Amino acid sequence: MSIFIDRNTRLLVQGITGREGRFHTEQCRRYGTRIVAGVTPGKGGSEVDSTPVFDTVADAVRATGANTSMILVPPPFAADAIMEAADAGIGLVVCITEGIPLLDMLRVRSFLRLTGCRLVGPNCPGLITPGVCKVGIMPGPIHTPGPVGVISRSGTLTYEVVHQLSGQGLGQSTCIGIGGDPVVGTTFLDCLQAFTRDPQTRGLVLVGEIGGSAEEEAARWIRDHLDMPVVGFIAGLTAPPGRRMGHAGAIVSGSSGTAEAKIAAMRDCGIHVCEDLGSLGRFCAEIFTRHGLQPDPAVAGRAKRTGKDG
Amino acid sequence: MKLHEYQAKELLARYGLPVPEGRVADSVEAGLQAADHLGYPVAIKAQVHAGGRGKAGGVRLAHNRDEAGEALAAILGMTLRTAQTGERGCRVRRVLVERGAAIHHEFYLSILPDRASGTMMVIGSTEGGMDIEEVAARTPDRISRIRVDPLTGLQPFHIRRLAFELDLTDSQEKQFFDLLRNLYRAVTDNDLLLAEINPLVFTADGTFLLLDAKAEVDGNSLFRHRDLAALRDDSDRDLLELEAARYKLNYIRLEGTIGTMVNGAGLAMATMDLIKRAGGAPANFLDVGGGANAVMIEHGFRILLSDPRVRAILINIFGGILRCDVLARGVVAAATATAVDIPVVVRMEGTNVEEGRRILADSDLELVTATDLADAAEKIAGIAARL
Repeated sequence: MSIFIDRNTRLLVQGITGREGRFHTEQCRRYGTRIVAGVTPGKGGSEVDSTPVFDTVADAVRATGANTSMILVPPPFAADAIMEAADAGIGLVVCITEGIPLLDMLRVRSFLRLTGCRLVGPNCPGLITPGVCKVGIMPGPIHTPGPVGVISRSGTLTYEVVHQLSGQGLGQSTCIGIGGDPVVGTTFLDCLQAFTRDPQTRGLVLVGEIGGSAEEEAARWIRDHLDMPVVGFIAGLTAPPGRRMGHAGAIVSGSSGTAEAKIAAMRDCGIHVCEDLGSLGRFCAEIFTRHGLQPDPAVAGRAKRTGKDG
Repeated sequence: MKLHEYQAKELLARYGLPVPEGRVADSVEAGLQAADHLGYPVAIKAQVHAGGRGKAGGVRLAHNRDEAGEALAAILGMTLRTAQTGERGCRVRRVLVERGAAIHHEFYLSILPDRASGTMMVIGSTEGGMDIEEVAARTPDRISRIRVDPLTGLQPFHIRRLAFELDLTDSQEKQFFDLLRNLYRAVTDNDLLLAEINPLVFTADGTFLLLDAKAEVDGNSLFRHRDLAALRDDSDRDLLELEAARYKLNYIRLEGTIGTMVNGAGLAMATMDLIKRAGGAPANFLDVGGGANAVMIEHGFRILLSDPRVRAILINIFGGILRCDVLARGVVAAATATAVDIPVVVRMEGTNVEEGRRILADSDLELVTATDLADAAEKIAGIAARL
């Protein structure tokens, strides 16, 4: 079990003929994701590594039954690509692209409400259900199946967290990067609600950062609705106010969006916050064990061996 | 990307918004010419990106030529220090000389995207001319917020509601309709992340006037606003940050002594936090992004080493797909080319990790390898204690 992606995912890649598109399509295929099509306007009829390319998402859906899209398209065209996919009946769009204008994303979010489409991202690494399906750019080998759900605004910080979890024998049900932009298609809250319906997930790790109030909103929902243990980590305690720290959404505006406020809100709501990234894995092992979620030593052993051989 | 007040006013004036008559001046002579032309009293306002310039002496009223001359001489070339600029302050290179206005009332009006609701938010208040965060704290009922769906846009009922909440008279409401409609259009046409009019003045003559205007353009939208991109003023920016931007490195200079180089913004922030926990002070934020190759790393080294405060460096690269042996060779080459002579702790993760560590160990350089983040933190703690 998992959230949002599983064995039924039939993936099309918008931007498949670009360098990033081509590379990551192949990586997802090797991981076991069923890639059924690519879309690049004007390149319909061609193939990329034996994946058929179509001019439009509608064509691709008609021909292949694609139900999910991964978007690796430059910022000026990405919002349009999202809307095209939603309009063509795609149920889940994962937009990796960083740098989409904010007003575009506001309009996209409004538009998506008129369709049945879920957007993950933009500016995200995607999501992965270990051992089953990968729709994103994260490194497959560090992931391992298990009972912990991971929700994060970051990319490489998520990989660090997953790496430590696997090393402790805590496998993951689904890891989802919701993205570093201020306006995203799927929030912490959306993920939490989905994870509560997933019987495989019995613990969660929330990885947040400065900016906005998504973590606070998630914390309140957890306090009121969630039974399973949750570990939290917030990046940016040392970030200076008023500066955008890489991610468009990572900014402390006045007094709001600080790491301190998020950590306090999480703790107030019963989330176990770890402030030392170096020992996050051990922290999770301790918390989850206390709540009846045992690490699997076999998983831990495999994770360490994978790291060595690559 | 922030716009100066005079740039924001020029932009908004093109949308029919009522701005005071004014001229930009970069010398006392030019300022006096402008003041004479406009007629006294005039306001002389420092054009800098930092807020809080009024309190720092960057805004003065002049009732005659002598006063104008004094004000211009004082403000032009001054180093303005505000809460935002910190000790470094910023030099005033330009002023806006504006005709004074007879103020009847000061309102507050702004438009900005609201991340939580995914709408465009219009904020209005009868308490203009002061810090809006203070108003929000002291008298929250004096602040009106209207959320506008970006697909349907600003509707008459939105404007009416705000007009009623601001208790506008009939004649004020008529002008307010056009004003807000035009302001909204200016925001959406130009991808503004913020348009703030504080104060929006209602004059004794019975008209609205944008006495101050603050605007910020979405950096992600500059590809479709060449004209706005040309308005960029980097003269107040840190020189190292400017140089890093040239290499497409995301770099923010801080005050500490331990430099960092990381791939990924979240991990970069977390690495800075880790240094502080280990007893050190991060010197910077540096995200080398997804393409962490030898060239980028060399640029990163050069930037970090150009900061005289930096006495040690922590490299934290989680490659995943990236091959650590390739990365290690890049680090060695970069460190050699830049003649690094301060402690460098390298933590890499990805494929071929062992090979990568061997390459670092075999090099002539004193590169310290960390096996994991906890190890990196410990090694940094040791270095920080000796600094």
